[in-house]
Amino acid sequence: MNKGAKLSAAAKREQNWAYIMVAPTIIGLIVLNLWPFVQTLYTSFCEHLGFGHYKFVGLQNYIDVFQRPEFWRATWNTIYFCILTVPLGLFLSLLVAMLLNAKIKGKGAFRTIFFLPMVCAPAAVTMVWRWIFNGEYGILNQAMGTHVGWITDPNVVMIACAVVAIWSNIGYDAVLLLAGLQNISKSYYEAASIDGANKVTQFFHITLPMVSPTLFVVMIMRLMASVKVYDLIYMMVEDTNPAVTSVQSLMYLFYRESFVAGSRGSGSAIVIWTVLLIGAVTIIQFVGQKKWVNYDV
Amino acid sequence: MKSSASLTRSKRITTFLTYAALVLGSVIMIFPFVWMILTSSKTIPESLAIPPTIFPKELILDNFRDAMASLPFLNLYWNTALMILFRVLCAIVFSSMAGYAFAKLNFKGKNLLFGIVLVQMSLPSQIFIIPQYQMVAHMGLANTIFALVFPGIVSAFGVFFLRQTYMGIPNEIGEAAYLDGCNQWQTFTKVMFPLTGTSVAALTIFTAVFAYSDLMWPLVVNSDLKMMTLSSGLATLRGQFTTNFPVLMAGSLLAMLPMVILYLIFQRQFIEGIASTGGK
Repeated sequence: MNKGAKLSAAAKREQNWAYIMVAPTIIGLIVLNLWPFVQTLYTSFCEHLGFGHYKFVGLQNYIDVFQRPEFWRATWNTIYFCILTVPLGLFLSLLVAMLLNAKIKGKGAFRTIFFLPMVCAPAAVTMVWRWIFNGEYGILNQAMGTHVGWITDPNVVMIACAVVAIWSNIGYDAVLLLAGLQNISKSYYEAASIDGANKVTQFFHITLPMVSPTLFVVMIMRLMASVKVYDLIYMMVEDTNPAVTSVQSLMYLFYRESFVAGSRGSGSAIVIWTVLLIGAVTIIQFVGQKKWVNYDV
Repeated sequence: MKSSASLTRSKRITTFLTYAALVLGSVIMIFPFVWMILTSSKTIPESLAIPPTIFPKELILDNFRDAMASLPFLNLYWNTALMILFRVLCAIVFSSMAGYAFAKLNFKGKNLLFGIVLVQMSLPSQIFIIPQYQMVAHMGLANTIFALVFPGIVSAFGVFFLRQTYMGIPNEIGEAAYLDGCNQWQTFTKVMFPLTGTSVAALTIFTAVFAYSDLMWPLVVNSDLKMMTLSSGLATLRGQFTTNFPVLMAGSLLAMLPMVILYLIFQRQFIEGIASTGGK
């Protein structure tokens, strides 16, 4: 064979077909994603004069945004939301996955129930949670005999949002983790039982190390989704609610800034900031995984 | 050594605790839905009663009528269904073609072009929203079905997912078809594509559920009530009836019902399909 020479007729035909087949996707990605990405980056250095006209202002948007307490609050809210939902959510999901992995009847029915929130639009399920959490008439306060303003008190509103987030995602994460658990060979547990290891020891020495690669993937996915959280918080706390600043995430602020206030320059700066935050979180995770994720088996 | 009697006893206790935990969890998962259904049939005074009443005095449908009077639900169903239909069709056709080419064909620039797919997948969709909205507005196509479909015309995730599926199909199958006289296109459409049914079903469900849940894009691009989706319509309903929870519950139920029914019929396909896409 003569490499480097012209492609054979068959290889040439194959290449032409390949270009035809990837063309819609590539053209679409360039128009819908690549070019908009460049535009957003550019817009973050511009002032929006209205009607699609922009003036280059350098770092001014970033400087303005960084001076607003609201922005730092939104950044903290986003991180706080991740802290409240990701570890506890993963713990409960793993627990549910282990329960579903036991030898029991009616597994399918339980799985269907836990997974249900996944197919319900956040806009619809948060509506009932707003009702449950309602300060005056909500069933939660009534049942507990308390008078907490779950949705109006700036100090607790994030907790209410975190509960809804964990409730919404638990089934989905549990199904992913269940697949990881089912890959663990039964023989490990049999051997451990013969050696007299109890359930707790088995969990820490067999289950956790063996499921750690799946757990890591689910964690990364959940973290990325949590940094981008918008719809759930938007539906729980409307932008006229005075408690909004104590709960709005970066993407919520981005939405209000870009489409309610119409300042697309600072909106773009906020979204670029969020991408940097996602990048930082991902790098930390990939560095940290060496300490606990087990790829040996 | 434990005696066999105490072993079965401890096993029984474990099983009992497992069931107890699962039932408790299920009650917590189901309760909001039950409460939604119960509230949707109450009158306002009934819903605000202290202490609360659990069951409505009688089944009334007034709240559903009120919800349908304040939101054009038929339009919302239609818009949402069309948005899902077109997004799913685009995802299947374009992603299958590209996924096959990236997995099975050799061409110059393959890695670079696949790099574009990966870059799109790793960026949050909000980074594209302002320019995408400006394009739609420039074309004068805001408040149309096209606007709802627009960001979903190509699915980078679909390409990535189906490429993996095609990589799992042995090359010999394609080569056999080629020797039988099929060209690349025929090999793809007649031999390879029909082998990817499970993955295509998974991509369909994944695309449908995520399009149905999406809130920010439909809110931004279609502000005309008649052109909204179920999700963005509900956000509007929330603003109209801040304290009339029975109507809000009725509206939410109406919005959830089609997808929940589909889910209950195709549970296994939904759960395994979405799980196989491994999250995105």
